[in-house]
Amino acid sequence: MTKTFRMDEAQPRLLDETGQGIVGAPLDRPEGPKKVSGRAAYAADGLPENAAHGVLVRATIAQGRVTKIDESSVSDVSGLLGVFHGPKMTRNPAQGMAGEAPVQPGDEVHYHGQPIALVVAESFEAARDAAQRLAVSYDADTDVITDPSRSETHEQDDPETAGDFEAAFAASEVTLDRTYTTPPHAAAAMEPHAAVAEWEGDAVTLRGALQMLRFNKKELADSLGIDPDKVRILSPYIGGGFGSKLGIGPEAVAAALAARELGRPVRVVMTRQTVFDSVLRRTETSQRLRLGADKDGTLRALSHDDRVSNIRDEGFAEPVSQASQFLYGAEGLSFTQTLARICRTPAGSVRAPGEAVGMLALEQAMDELAEELGMCPVELRLKNLPDKNPMTDQPFSATRLADCLREGAEQFGWGERKPMGERREGDWYVGMGMASAARSNMLIKSAARVRLTGDGAVVETDMTDIGTGSYAILGQITAEMLGLPIAQVEVRLGDTSFPGASGSGGSFGASSAGSATFLAAKAIRETLAERMGCSLSELTLQNGIARGGNREVPLSQLVDGELVEEASVESGSTADSHFSAGFGAHFAEVAVHAYTGEVRVRRMLGVMAMGRILNEKTARSQALGGMIWGIGSALTEKLTHDPRTGHLATRDLANYHVPAHADVPGDLKVVFLEERDDMANPIQTKGIGELGISGAGAAILNAVRNACGARVYDMPATPDRVITAMDAAGF
Amino acid sequence: MREFDYTRAETLSGAADQLGEDASVIAGGTNLLDLMKIQVMTPSRLVDITRIDGLSDICEDGEGLRIGALVTNSELAADPRVRDGWPLLSRAILAGASAQIRNKATTGGNLLQRTRCPYFYDTAMPCNKRNPGEGCSAKQGDGRMLAIFGTSEHCLAAHPSDMAVALAALKAEVEIRSAEGDARRIPIGELHKLPGDRPDIETVLAPDEIITAVYLPAPQADTKQVYKKVRDRASYAFALVSVGVAVAMDDDRIASVSCAIGGVAPKPWTDPELEKALVGQAPSDEVFGQAADKALTQARCQSDTEFKKPLLRRTLIAALREATGLAVSAPGVETARIPA
Ligand SMILES: Cc1cc2nc3c(=O)[nH]c(=O)nc-3n(C[C@H](O)[C@H](O)[C@H](O)COP(=O)(O)OP(=O)(O)OC[C@H]3O[C@@H](n4cnc5c(N)ncnc54)[C@H](O)[C@@H]3O)c2cc1C
Ligand code: SF4
Repeated sequence: MTKTFRMDEAQPRLLDETGQGIVGAPLDRPEGPKKVSGRAAYAADGLPENAAHGVLVRATIAQGRVTKIDESSVSDVSGLLGVFHGPKMTRNPAQGMAGEAPVQPGDEVHYHGQPIALVVAESFEAARDAAQRLAVSYDADTDVITDPSRSETHEQDDPETAGDFEAAFAASEVTLDRTYTTPPHAAAAMEPHAAVAEWEGDAVTLRGALQMLRFNKKELADSLGIDPDKVRILSPYIGGGFGSKLGIGPEAVAAALAARELGRPVRVVMTRQTVFDSVLRRTETSQRLRLGADKDGTLRALSHDDRVSNIRDEGFAEPVSQASQFLYGAEGLSFTQTLARICRTPAGSVRAPGEAVGMLALEQAMDELAEELGMCPVELRLKNLPDKNPMTDQPFSATRLADCLREGAEQFGWGERKPMGERREGDWYVGMGMASAARSNMLIKSAARVRLTGDGAVVETDMTDIGTGSYAILGQITAEMLGLPIAQVEVRLGDTSFPGASGSGGSFGASSAGSATFLAAKAIRETLAERMGCSLSELTLQNGIARGGNREVPLSQLVDGELVEEASVESGSTADSHFSAGFGAHFAEVAVHAYTGEVRVRRMLGVMAMGRILNEKTARSQALGGMIWGIGSALTEKLTHDPRTGHLATRDLANYHVPAHADVPGDLKVVFLEERDDMANPIQTKGIGELGISGAGAAILNAVRNACGARVYDMPATPDRVITAMDAAGF
Repeated sequence: MREFDYTRAETLSGAADQLGEDASVIAGGTNLLDLMKIQVMTPSRLVDITRIDGLSDICEDGEGLRIGALVTNSELAADPRVRDGWPLLSRAILAGASAQIRNKATTGGNLLQRTRCPYFYDTAMPCNKRNPGEGCSAKQGDGRMLAIFGTSEHCLAAHPSDMAVALAALKAEVEIRSAEGDARRIPIGELHKLPGDRPDIETVLAPDEIITAVYLPAPQADTKQVYKKVRDRASYAFALVSVGVAVAMDDDRIASVSCAIGGVAPKPWTDPELEKALVGQAPSDEVFGQAADKALTQARCQSDTEFKKPLLRRTLIAALREATGLAVSAPGVETARIPA
C-alpha cells in the first residue's frame, strides 16, 4: 500500500548520515552514452510497423471560422490516407497540470497558426505536401486585435499590497519610475513535439514528448472522450521541454484521433514552423517599476505593475512580479497585473515563468536606484534583505542571499568595477553588472516505487527526464539510501503505468520525485532494520552490506526475492508556516562595441544556495543553462509577430535567436553554497534550473550600462537599441 | 515536399541540357532543400552538378585565383592563398552560417542563395518574389532584415550573402556557361538584378545557365582588409549590416579604398561616391562619417529599418577605423578569427 507522507514538519537530514556517500557526487548521467550514440529512443523514434504519417495543417487567418476544408484539393497526393478535423481537435497544448482537455474550438479559429486539421499519408513527405496545399475556406473576422497594447479586453486584478505604497512612495527621498518591456519568447527545445499513437481495442498507447505524464494521461483521455484507464503514455526521453511540453499537445490528440479512425498507428512530428506557431509561447510583458528609498538606501516603497497577454479562454497569466513580492522588504508594496486578450499563439509557462522576465525589470530598476543613490549595487541589495516574506510575513525556510552577494562580489572581483564608461579596450567599452537571483520553490505530490533484490534496486515512477538529470539523481538517492554502488540501481521513468510523480516543471521535479523515491527507499530501510534486528538509527548500509546490532550481512542474504515499497509525498503545513525559495547572485562582465553597439558577454559568475545538491554535475549544468537563457533574454531572443495579422515571422531557429556558442563566454562559472532547506521537503532540496535564469539577464544589462551608459528599456538589447541608448546617454 | 525528378549530371553540357524553366540546379542544397520542404521552391526536376569534374578546384590564374563553383565555403575560407592575399573573403565566409552549413555550401550556391525575408518563406503570405503581382507582405510588416538600398515598391528584400559582399569589395568576376557552351565573365556587381517590378527575377542568369567559377583579381599590394558584420547574435545570424573594405594607405592618407555593404540591398551594395569621399583623406571618424552620409543619401527605410541608417554609419566608421589602423583591436572580444 502506498504511504503518503505530508510535509508537516522539518525532517531529519538522513542523507547526511547514510554511508554510501554518493548523493551530491558529480556522476555522469547514466543515459548519456545512449543519447550521444543515438540509441535513446525519443518519441518519434519508436516507429511501429505499418505506421502512417500525419502533418498538422494551420489556420492562416487570425480569427474567424473554417467554412470548408476541401479534401479534393489534395486527392492527387500519392498515398493520402485521410484529412482529419472536427470537434475533438485541440487548439493548443494544455497548460501545465491542467489535467483536462485543452480548448476544443470546433470550426472556430482563434489565432494565426492554430492547428485545424491533420493530413495523414503513407509518407511524411506526402503528408507535408498535402498539408501545405490543402484548400481551406474561412469566414474571417475583420479588425482582429493581435497587439496587446491595442487590446480592449483587459482583465485587471485587484492590487496585491502590503502597507501603503502610495504614502511610502510619496515620503521617499529618492524615487524611480520606469517602464521596461520584454518580447514574447519561445521555449525552443531541440526536439520538436512528436507523438506516435497506437490503439489496441479501446485503449491507446501514446509515445510522446511530454513533461508531466500523470496529468497528460487525463488530458489525453478527456480530449478523446475516453476513460483515463484506457490511456498509457510513454515518454522515456525528451529532447528539452522548458515548459513547452507540460501539457498534452495537438500533435498527440490528433495522432490518437487519426490512429483510431484508420485502425493503424499514426506518427505526428511537428515541423519546426508548427512548433513555433502552435506551442505555448511566453507572453510579452510591459512592466512599470516604482521604487522609493531614503538616501541611505533603505527601500521604502516598491511597486511592480505588469501587463501580459493571452488568448481567450486560457487561464494562464505569467506571474511577472512573483519575485518582486518577496525579494526585498519595504514599508509599502503594491503589485497589479493586467491581462490583455489577443489573437496570437497562446501563452503558457516557459522556463521560470514570472522571474525570467520579472527580474529583468526589477533588477535593472534596483541598479538604476543604486546609481541614483550613488551606492554600490551590491550594498543596496544587502541593505534591503528581509528576514521574512514581506507580503505574507512567513519566515524564509532557508536563505543565504547575503552570503551569495558577498561571496560573488569577492570571487568576481567586483571591487575592480570602474565608474560608468571609464573602462575601454580598443573600440570596446567594458563594464560589470550584477543582480540578485530568486525563484520560489515548490513540492508537488509525487509517488515512486523502489524494488530491492539481492542484486540491486530498481526505481519506477512516471517522472520524466527532459535532459536535466532525473535518471541520475533518482539513482543516486536510491543508492545512497540502500547502500548500493550506483551501477546496481536502475531507474525507469516516463511510463504512466508507474506511480505518478510531479513530472518535470517549475524546477520541482528533483525535490518532488526525489522525495518520493527517498521515502520508498526509507521504508525498505525499515524492513531491513527489522530483519537485522536493530533499530533504524543503528542500521548502516554500504556497498551492498548491512551493518547493525553487531552483525554484518550482505544484502543478498538479507533479501531473498524482492522488497517492494511505494511511497508518495505531498506538501503540508510547512508550506504555510514557511516560505521557500532559492536565492543567488549573478555577476557579469561585458564588452560593448563603441560604434556598432554589439554586446559580448566576457564572463559570468552565479553564486547560488539552492538547498542540498543531489548531483553536483547535473546541478551545475542546470544552473549554467539557466544563465545562458539569461544571455538570450537580455541580448538575443525575441519572437516577432506581424503587426497586422498576429502571424509569427520568426518561425525557425535561424530567425529566433537563442544564444549561439559565440554568445556564451568560456568563463561561465557557478558556485554553490552549502544549504539544507529543512522545511521544503524530506531531502532538504530546492529547485535549481530556473534559479539560474532568474536575474541573470539583468546582470548583463546592468553591465552594459556600466560599460557604455546604455540603458535599454526594451529587451532584447540588440545592437540597434544599444546604439540608440548610447546616443541618449551621450556616449 | 513535392515529388521531383533527380538527374545527376556528369558534364557541364549535360547539366545545362537538363535545365529549363521548371528545373533547378542543386549544389550544396543548404538553401534549396529548405525552400523545397516548405514548398517555396517546387522544381519538377533537380539537376545535381556536384559530380561534374573541374568545378571543385581553386587554381592560380595569373596573379589572381580561379575558384570553381563547387568549391565549398569551408575550403575556400581555409585556402592558404585566400587567407594570405584576400583575407576579407575568408573572414566574410567564416562570419556566415555555421561550420556544418559551410562544409556543404558551395561558391555558386552561396551567390545564388535566396533572400531571408520572412514572408518569402511563408506561403500563407503574399509575396511578389514568389508570385509576381500578389503583393508584398513585408511592406508595413515585420522588416528587420529588409533592405534600404535598391528596393522597389514591389519588393524590399535584401540579399543575405556575406561572401558576395567580400567578392564585391575585391572586384571579383563571375564565369557563367550556357547550354550552348558559351562562357561569359561578368563583374560580380552585374550578377544580381534590382527588383524593379519583377522581384522574382534575381540575376542575369538565363534558365539554362550555370555559374562555373569566380575569378579573384590580383590582390592590391599592401591593402588592409576588414570584414565587419553586425547581427543579432555573435554568430550564426544573418547581417543586419555588414561592411567589407580593402584600404591602401599612402603615408597617413588613404590611397585607395574598395568597399561593399551587405544586409542592406538586394545585392552586395557598392557606391562610388562613398569611395570617392575617402580617397586622399587623412583617416578620422569625421571623414568616415561624412563618407557614410554620402552613401546614406540613397537609403529608403520603413519604420522597422530606420535603425539601419545609424547602424550602417557606425559600422562603416568601425570598419574603416580598423582598416586604416585607427582602432586598436581589443584582446578577447574579436569573434571572427581565421582558424589556423
Ligand atoms: C541556418 C542558416 C544560416 C545561414 N547563415 C548565413 C549567413 O550568415 N551568411 C551567409 O552568407 N549565408 C548564410 N546561409 C546561407 C548559406 O550560405 C547558403 O545556403 C549556401 O551558401 C548555399 O549554397 P549551396 O551550395 O548549398 O546552394 P544550394 O542550396 O544548392 O543552391 C542555392 C541556389 O543556387 C542555385 N545554384 C547552386 N549552384 C549553382 C550554380 N553553380 N549555377 C547556377 N545555379 C546554382 C540553386 O539552384 C539554388 O537556387 C545560411 C544558411 C542557413 C541554412
Ligand atoms: S520584400 Fe520581397 S520577398 Fe519579402 S514579401 Fe515583399 S516581395 Fe516578398
